[in-house]
Amino acid sequence: MSPRITLAVAARVLTQLRRDPRTIALMLVLPCLLITLLWWMFKDSPGDTFDHIGPALIAMFPFIVMFLVTSVTTLRERASGTLERLLAMPMGKLDFLLGYALAFGVVAALQALLAVTVSVGLLGLDIQGPVWLLGLVAVADAVLGSALGLFVSAFAQTEFQAVQFMPALVFPQILLCGLFVARDELPDFLHAVSNVLPLSYAVDAMNKLTQGTDTAEVWQDVLVVAAFAIGALALGAATLRRRTP
Amino acid sequence: MVNNAVEVRGLTVVRSGRPVLEELDLEIGPGVTGLLGPSGCGKSTLLRSIVGVQQVAAGEVRVLGEPAGSAPLRKRIGYVTQAASVYDDLTVTENPRFFARVLGCPDSEVAKAIDAVDLGSHAGAVVGRLSGGQRSRASLAVALLGSPDLLVLDEPTVGLDPVLRRDLWKLFHDLADGGAAVLVSSHVMDEAERCDQLLLMREGAILAQDTPAAIKERANARDVETAFLELVEKAAA
Repeated sequence: MSPRITLAVAARVLTQLRRDPRTIALMLVLPCLLITLLWWMFKDSPGDTFDHIGPALIAMFPFIVMFLVTSVTTLRERASGTLERLLAMPMGKLDFLLGYALAFGVVAALQALLAVTVSVGLLGLDIQGPVWLLGLVAVADAVLGSALGLFVSAFAQTEFQAVQFMPALVFPQILLCGLFVARDELPDFLHAVSNVLPLSYAVDAMNKLTQGTDTAEVWQDVLVVAAFAIGALALGAATLRRRTP
Repeated sequence: MVNNAVEVRGLTVVRSGRPVLEELDLEIGPGVTGLLGPSGCGKSTLLRSIVGVQQVAAGEVRVLGEPAGSAPLRKRIGYVTQAASVYDDLTVTENPRFFARVLGCPDSEVAKAIDAVDLGSHAGAVVGRLSGGQRSRASLAVALLGSPDLLVLDEPTVGLDPVLRRDLWKLFHDLADGGAAVLVSSHVMDEAERCDQLLLMREGAILAQDTPAAIKERANARDVETAFLELVEKAAA
């Protein structure tokens, strides 16, 4: 592993993204628009539903978007022969993976910054804890999404298949993360399942940040998300083979 | 021989249950070696085995004295896959610059490599907008970075303008004169005459390995294509 190569990969991925302004616009603007739509939906409802759901949504966007972007881009690397070329060079598997995680982490930080600014600044989302920690949770989420995207790209032959992994891996996490039914009100079995899904911890972290100023438990959740991300990166590294059939 | 760039002994490769290469033995020395044969005969699989990215069922491949695919070789081999393995959304300059950073060679090599494949006038163009021939040359430029000791080029001249093809063959010979071993595959038999050494391949087996002149003389043929046919018929008889 070498920092020089990791940084080269990250810089290259960001240069490629810069060439694609439409994707950048979708990644940065779309979450803000969807959060605004959610705020609008509950504008005339009694209670503070937006304060309950908004944070979960901020946790979800980086996860979903980075999952999709990473699974498609790495699939392209596998298909175009650039991955084969890189692995024939002195490129460590971790250099490759961390380079991607770094680049998409930067984009996720930007995305979170915008989403949080819109939510807190314009839409009046009430956050008790430190706002920067909200951003950090979003970045951890994005890295997790990237790591899982990398992993599934090994099992997809086409970009079409890669996109289909989204409902398979991401939807159950959205359903069970506590957004629709509070996690401790789920049937026991589903509660147990939600305990081993990383998005649950990301949403828990967001909720704790909105409800209180105690950050100790938030850090615990962030660590769990980070551990899942590292686990997924390790699995992703196992799917990168220098020799292929 | 000690100065062989590549030595292959008993190489067998099986892909999806079908043997693609069977018990292959060959040596590749200095100079420009042409690996010629029809498409689908196993050329790319052999090249991939030499580069060390192919899963091998049996046999031994040694490159520059080391087992193929071993870490010390990764800086010493320039490899061009059949598809242009460059990033379509990066420019002609950004592509080799990225790979130069991976290899740890200075940025000054980038402009040299681009000039060598005659893409200097397109240095700022995004690769995805270039023609097929220009893209494959952009891919070739990456393989030249860091002055590798062995160049493995999978059909680098296919579909190119004859003038360019001539220039590229001159480049291959310049590189060989500079001390690199150059292994070029092609399914176009008329490129045989441009090689110092030939490996004729068909259906996963090597039909002949020698100089173009020796192969023609032995088959008593005017050109390599006729010699190739003779060899196939002799093997079938």
